[in-house]
Amino acid sequence: MFLKPIHFVPPDTKIDFVAKRWVAFSVTIVLLIITGLSVATRGLNFGIDFKGGILIEAKAPQAVDVAALRSQMSGLKLGEVEIQQFGAPDDVLIRIQRQEGDEAAQMTAVDHVRAALGTNYDYRRVEVVGPTVGHELLQAGVLATVLAMLAISAYVALRFEWQFGLAALIATLHDVLTTVGFYSVLHLDFNLTAVAALLTLAGYSINDTVVVFDRIRETLRRHKAVDLRSVINDSVNQTLSRTVMTAGTTLLALLPLVFMGGSTLINFSGALAWGIFVGSYSSIYVAAALLLYMPPLRRLEKAPAVAKA
Amino acid sequence: MIYIERWKVILIAAVCALGVLYAAPNVLPKPVVAWVQANMPGIVPNQTVNLGLDLRGGSHLLLEVATDAVIDERLQGLVDQTRTELRGAKVGYTDLGLDKGVVHLKLTDATQADKAHDTLRDMDHDLVVGVKGVDVTLSMTEEKIAERRRAAVDQSIEIIRRRIDETGTREPSIQRQGDNRILVQLPGVDNPEHIKNLIGQTAKLTFRLVDETASISEAAQGRVAPGTELLPSAEENGRPLVVQKRIMVSGDTLVDAQPSFQNGEPVVSFKFDAVGGRRFGEATRQNVGHLFAIILDNKIISAPVIREPILGGSGVISGHFTTQSAQDLALLLRAGALPAPIKILEERTVGPGLGADSIKAGATSSLVGLALVVVFFIIAYGLFGIFAVIALMFNIALMFAILSVLQATLTLPGIAGIVLTIATALDANVLVFEHIREELRRGRSPLPSIDAGYNRALSAIIDANMTTLIAGILLYIFGSGPVKGFAVTLSIGIITSIFSAVMVTRLIVIWWLRVTKPKALPI
Repeated sequence: MFLKPIHFVPPDTKIDFVAKRWVAFSVTIVLLIITGLSVATRGLNFGIDFKGGILIEAKAPQAVDVAALRSQMSGLKLGEVEIQQFGAPDDVLIRIQRQEGDEAAQMTAVDHVRAALGTNYDYRRVEVVGPTVGHELLQAGVLATVLAMLAISAYVALRFEWQFGLAALIATLHDVLTTVGFYSVLHLDFNLTAVAALLTLAGYSINDTVVVFDRIRETLRRHKAVDLRSVINDSVNQTLSRTVMTAGTTLLALLPLVFMGGSTLINFSGALAWGIFVGSYSSIYVAAALLLYMPPLRRLEKAPAVAKA
Repeated sequence: MIYIERWKVILIAAVCALGVLYAAPNVLPKPVVAWVQANMPGIVPNQTVNLGLDLRGGSHLLLEVATDAVIDERLQGLVDQTRTELRGAKVGYTDLGLDKGVVHLKLTDATQADKAHDTLRDMDHDLVVGVKGVDVTLSMTEEKIAERRRAAVDQSIEIIRRRIDETGTREPSIQRQGDNRILVQLPGVDNPEHIKNLIGQTAKLTFRLVDETASISEAAQGRVAPGTELLPSAEENGRPLVVQKRIMVSGDTLVDAQPSFQNGEPVVSFKFDAVGGRRFGEATRQNVGHLFAIILDNKIISAPVIREPILGGSGVISGHFTTQSAQDLALLLRAGALPAPIKILEERTVGPGLGADSIKAGATSSLVGLALVVVFFIIAYGLFGIFAVIALMFNIALMFAILSVLQATLTLPGIAGIVLTIATALDANVLVFEHIREELRRGRSPLPSIDAGYNRALSAIIDANMTTLIAGILLYIFGSGPVKGFAVTLSIGIITSIFSAVMVTRLIVIWWLRVTKPKALPI
């Protein structure tokens, strides 16, 4: 045959995942502690979508002198102004805190900045978000994430058993939380696109978990007598090749977006790339491992007694 | 399983063919598409994907109509009306006022309660009149309030559309959003300051008499005669004036307004309809020699002396205009006044440069990603990898076809959605192929292995994609702007991926099996 397929994961792989769960649990706990500490101390770098404020991306007529621009901006008395040069030397990103007062105050501020910079600047992106909308967007974002996780877990609980649904919920929560941590530690702009990243990642993570669960369900049906430890081990090993292949394809598809997607997409695709790592990891070490600590699954039971949630 | 019914084959092939056909306008040169649009019947595919403002450049404005102001105005009107009606019916009352949306008053004579009730009831049958001893309340029903709010937003949309159309902006989209919001999208507008300025003005024009006897300094301290008020000048250093509250003529009776010149100065000339013209003539005839204030949004533009009655139904507003401001005022007067003030909640503007760069960045990175994935897949699965990649191409065509037909908006995050879809589509194939490999390792022969592979993978494929679809739908419901675009491509992508992975790849595999009748599978 002219094309010889390659097995990235050897077919006879038998890693004792369950035995190593304590290592993984420690890793998980460390990740969650880092997330907690970072969010508590550094907080999240909320973008203007949620905080309200002004963002201007502009091309200057010549290389940007950040210091001069900063003093010019502080002359306008608009409160905290963040100036960042990125990409080419004449590309500049100006972030201005939300102005006191209502929406009209934000619009006036933007007009002042435009007037101060003059017409030599090429305005590539101007975003002004007033306090009302910012608050609503944050609420909608949190609501969407929470609802999505609950709806997905409910689906898994219906299609499998409630223990699976609960385990999937915890695993997804783990991924979402650590990704929030990722944003906090790297101080990335947490905006609407970040929420989209969280939801996509929740979808990916659960997708991965479902595949492992599907295999556990199948193995349980086939061998009723085998104990749960080896069922989980076998299932994870059997799906390992698929996990690696899928994570690999998704990462390969995403990486060019991280490096070439431009300022709006870099955070989004970066967070997703991170999410794919933790998503694959959590399917094994959070979702599958948690099944060990849940009330017995029906198909393993000698006598059916588990209450349905 | 290895046998697929003929009608299914035809259906799958037809869907793929349609996908390619409807996606084609997106890759054909623009002139060809334009020619097809112009010369072929509508059934021939001619629509391309609708690019979002973040890709084509343009301005997005979210407005809020202060509908409370409309209700307040109506209630204030009710207070005045109550006063006149009760006086006319000779019903004595005290403490007439307005509190939390309810007009209240006390009757001086409790025996007049029924008369008061009937009088007020006759004013407007949609009002709720409550009489309890000497206490009378008057309020609007919830439905009436909601109806007025809705009407105010509808009317605002109409007027904003007229104002924007007058500026010559092409293809603006003006839509209601929620109860009292309006979303304005202006493709190609990279500095919306002028339009924001035009939208932000209520443009309520009134002509009123100036109270020439009043002292401005006393008025500044809040002491004004009843029925008059102190209004600022529209000019920066202009003098404020005390004017009558009574409106002699208002701007809603205008039929036309045009910028013109008088003695070399830019002015706005206007023309009333018959009613307005008569009122204007009457007002000017009775007040020759007095100051007549022209007031826009409670600011005095000018207050000229009436030299002679103006009976022709037309006139001129002068007031230190620039050519631009005269043009703008004429435009606002032509388009009409907004029923309520408008607040701009959000502005997102993308310049044409960034839009073009984003398309390029999005397209390049997607293509590179696609190439990497294709190579990786073919390395991993060989011939079956190629089958999957062929199905993937149909999948991408189908996505673009659906996006074009639905005229859904493609945004930059939407491009990321397409990239993710590529990964999802291949994941379904991975699941199938891994199952086939397993079956082969168990020593099964090629045909049953393929059969079992598809059967066993199906539950995981469905469950895994349903969960992503749930996330996509919620993202669509709660997201806004570019994020919604992402949700759209993600959700459409999931559906086309299941189709392409489960149906198309299988069809190709079956054809290959029939033609080559292999002893072993190269997977």
